[in-house]
Amino acid sequence: MADTASDRIDVTYVADLARLRLSPEEIATFQKQLGDVLGYVSQLTEVDVSHVSLLGDADLKNRLRADVLQPSLPVTEALSNAPKQDNNLFVVPKMVE
Amino acid sequence: MDSISLTIPELRQKLASGALRSREVIDQLASRIEAVDPKLKAYLHVDADKARAEADAADVSLPLGGVPIAIKDVINVKGDPCTCASKILEGYVSPYDATVITKLREAGAVFLGRTNMDEFAMGSSTENSSWGTTRNPWDLDRIPGGSSGGSAAAVGGHEAFAALGTDTGGSIRQPAALCSCVGLKPTYGRVSRYGLVAFASSLDQIGTFTKTVEEAALLLEVIAGHDPRDNTSIDRPVPKYTHSLHQGVKGLRLGVPKEYFIEGIDPEVEKAVRDAIEEYKRQGAEIVEVSLPHTQYAVAVYYIIATAECSANLARFDGVRYGKRTQNPKDILDMYGRTRAEGFGAEVKRRIILGTYVLSSGYYDAYYNRAQKVRHMIAEDFRLAFEQCDALLTPTSPTPAFKIGERTADPLQMYLADIFTIAVNLAGICGVSIPCGFTGNKLPIGLQIIGPKWGEETMLRVAHAYEQATPWHKEKPPI
Repeated sequence: MADTASDRIDVTYVADLARLRLSPEEIATFQKQLGDVLGYVSQLTEVDVSHVSLLGDADLKNRLRADVLQPSLPVTEALSNAPKQDNNLFVVPKMVE
Repeated sequence: MDSISLTIPELRQKLASGALRSREVIDQLASRIEAVDPKLKAYLHVDADKARAEADAADVSLPLGGVPIAIKDVINVKGDPCTCASKILEGYVSPYDATVITKLREAGAVFLGRTNMDEFAMGSSTENSSWGTTRNPWDLDRIPGGSSGGSAAAVGGHEAFAALGTDTGGSIRQPAALCSCVGLKPTYGRVSRYGLVAFASSLDQIGTFTKTVEEAALLLEVIAGHDPRDNTSIDRPVPKYTHSLHQGVKGLRLGVPKEYFIEGIDPEVEKAVRDAIEEYKRQGAEIVEVSLPHTQYAVAVYYIIATAECSANLARFDGVRYGKRTQNPKDILDMYGRTRAEGFGAEVKRRIILGTYVLSSGYYDAYYNRAQKVRHMIAEDFRLAFEQCDALLTPTSPTPAFKIGERTADPLQMYLADIFTIAVNLAGICGVSIPCGFTGNKLPIGLQIIGPKWGEETMLRVAHAYEQATPWHKEKPPI
C-alpha cells in the first residue's frame, strides 16, 4: 500500500479527475493533510485478507420489482432548482463546436 | 404552562386532553428558539407560521399528532430549503418529501425547522458547516459533536422535542453523547433513505434524537419499514418497539469489548461507562468480556470506503440541474471545476480527492478492495461477539465535547473522534447512545449500546433499563 514517496498522492492530478479547481494554497494544504491520512490508513497492509472474498459472506441477491409506470415529479418541479433552463430543458455551456 | 421540557408522551397527553393546543406548543417552542438560538445556532431555518398552520390542521389522536420534529438539513421536506450546510445548495428548495417525512406527516407530526450540520454530513463537530458552528448547550465554547450537531444541540438544549439526523460513522450517536440526549442509529435497511441527500450509500442511515429512550422507540415505529423507492430498505415487519421496553435486563448477556477501553480514552468517560456496566450487573444482567479484534482498523477502513462513495455521490453537484453554478463559465469543464471549487468547503473537497484517489486506476486494489475485505472482517467480529451476548456496552465517544477550533487544523485528529462509533456502520448493525453521566466540568458522557442486525427491540430495552434507574436524562442544560 501507498506510503512510500513515489506512491504519494498527486493532489493536482486527482483534483482534475474530480473536476475540482483548487487554488495553489489548497493543493499544498491537502497534499500534507492527505499524506497524513494515507499514512494512517496504510496500517491496513498489516491485515491478512487472503482468506476474505471481496463480497464477504453476504447473501446478496438482486431485488427486483414490477416495472410499472407510476407518477413521478412533474417537469416544472424537476426544473424548479435549475440554474438555467429553457423550453423544459436544462441549459449548459456549449460542449461541441 | 411551558411545554418545551415535556417528553412526547407527556405532550401527547396534554394535546389529547385539550390542556394544550398544538398551536401553543409551536408558539412556546418558537419563543424558546428565538431566545436561545442566537447563542446555540442549532437551526438553519425556522418557519413558525408554516408550523402553526400544520399544527392547526393536525389530528391529535395520531401517534405524533401536533408534535413538532426538527429535521437535519440533509433530508428533503417539500417547500423547505435543503442546503446540507453547503454553499453549493444555497437557495435550493425541495420539490418533494423524503419517505421519512411522509411517514411522520401521516403520524401527525409537524415541521418547525431545519438543523445545522457538517457540510454534507462530513465531520464530527459541526465546524464544517458553511453557515457557522453550532454550540454545545452544556458549554457554549465547545462543539456539539457532529455531523448532526444541530439536531443534538436542539434536543439537548430544549429547542426541539425530537429531531431526525443521519449517521454514517457516528453522526447521530457521537453528538447525542456530547449533548446529553438519546441518539439512535437503526440497522442498515431499517429506515428508507429516499429523499436523503446521499453521502456514503453503504453506510448512511436515518435515525432519531430524543430526550428519552421511549421517544426513540416511538419515532422508530413511525419511520421504520420497507419503501419501494429505496431498494436498500428491507421488507421486514416493524416491531412495536415501545411495547418491549419495560422487560428489564435480568437474564440478558451484555458484552464488553476489551478493544473499546484503550489508552487515550478520557478517565472520566471510562469511569462513567464502567459504572454503567456495574448498574447493569446490579439489575441482573450477566456481563461477559468479548473481543472485536479488528476494531483498531475501523477508522482507516471507513476513511477509504466513505470517501470513495462520497466522491461518486457528490459528482451530481455539477451546476447543471440544481444548486449553485459559477458565473460566466467559458465551457462545460470550466463550469464543473469552478462551480465545485466555489460551492464545496475544505473538508468536502478533501474527502472527494481522497475518495477519487482510492478508486483511481492503480490504487483501487490496494486501497478500496483491501478496505472492503477488512470491513467484512469487522462485520464478522460482531457476528461472533453476538453469539455470546445480546448487546454490547461501550463508550460512545473517547472524550467529552472538545473546544471549538481545537481540532480543525488536523483532520486525522478529528477523524479519531468517531473511533467507537464507526465500526457499527461498517457492520450495518444498530447502536444507540444514552446519557450516562457528566464530567467534573459538567460535560455530558454517553454510553453506547450496540445490537446485532434487527436487534433494536432488545437494544432499546437495555437502554431503557439503565435510563429508568439513573437521573442523567432529567438534567437540564444551563442555557
